[in-house]
Amino acid sequence: MKSSVIVFPGSNCDRDVAVALNKFKFINQMVWHDETNLPKSDLVVLPGGFSYGDYLRTGCIASKSRIISDIIQHAKKGGLILGICNGFQILIEAGLLPGSLLRNKNLRFLSKNVFLKITDVKNQFCLDYKKDHVVEFPIAHNEGNYFVDKSTLNSLEDQNLIAFKYCNEKGITDEDSNPNGSSNNIAGILNSKKNILGLMPHPERVIDPLHSSQDGVGIFKSLLK
Amino acid sequence: MKISATVFLKKDVLDPQGKVVSQTLKNMGYKNVINVRQGKFFEIELNETNKEKAKEIVDEISKKLLTNTIIEDYTINLK
Repeated sequence: MKSSVIVFPGSNCDRDVAVALNKFKFINQMVWHDETNLPKSDLVVLPGGFSYGDYLRTGCIASKSRIISDIIQHAKKGGLILGICNGFQILIEAGLLPGSLLRNKNLRFLSKNVFLKITDVKNQFCLDYKKDHVVEFPIAHNEGNYFVDKSTLNSLEDQNLIAFKYCNEKGITDEDSNPNGSSNNIAGILNSKKNILGLMPHPERVIDPLHSSQDGVGIFKSLLK
Repeated sequence: MKISATVFLKKDVLDPQGKVVSQTLKNMGYKNVINVRQGKFFEIELNETNKEKAKEIVDEISKKLLTNTIIEDYTINLK
């Protein structure tokens, strides 16, 4: 499987995710944001970081990069796109996913491990997980408070487009297990065709025995299925 | 020509920064402060003499880049 990791000025998880992709035998290449042609790819990854120093709005300037029009074409053709953290913010600013990511409710930068419930497994990113399975992923963000209007929120729920929800160790999704104030505890969502996933937590940081868990392995294995 | 655009979070969107500023002002003794909303102010210098045209351009800029219309509103101010 061929993958491309897009690198923006200020990306800082691009190498981490490349290490993860290589570990699972993806044929990966790094693509600079200023390129006009996206190399042939099955999967495009928008990595975490602070593209353009979060100027104007998180992900906003990066979403106007030259490479984005090719990424939108890739999406239209049904190609897979994974946006992690800042990558999720870029996908939203590019209009590829609905809603918006606001500042965390408590105004703090959050860097810690959280529990997530896999709320949809009928998508190319979660095939390797079991529904309602609880995993532990790290988060590291300041703007992860997912916000969307009521009707879109309802349609995300109805169409099973929410892939991950923040929960506690027992899988209960409540206010106490919601780190940033996201609507309905949302941590990751899919587009309606389910070929695009954006999530705030970092699966690439939990793929090795030396990491705090290996729960992120499922995403990379799912992509290869 | 200089035109400015002001971008604010929509009324029903939580503005935590504005809330903190408001609370701090109250703590500083400004008991008559009711509420504060924090926004962004852009001053745009355009190579354009026609006011209507300039307004149109800034309107487009505001929609395409300066504002996230899901959560923000904007107003354009001609000088």
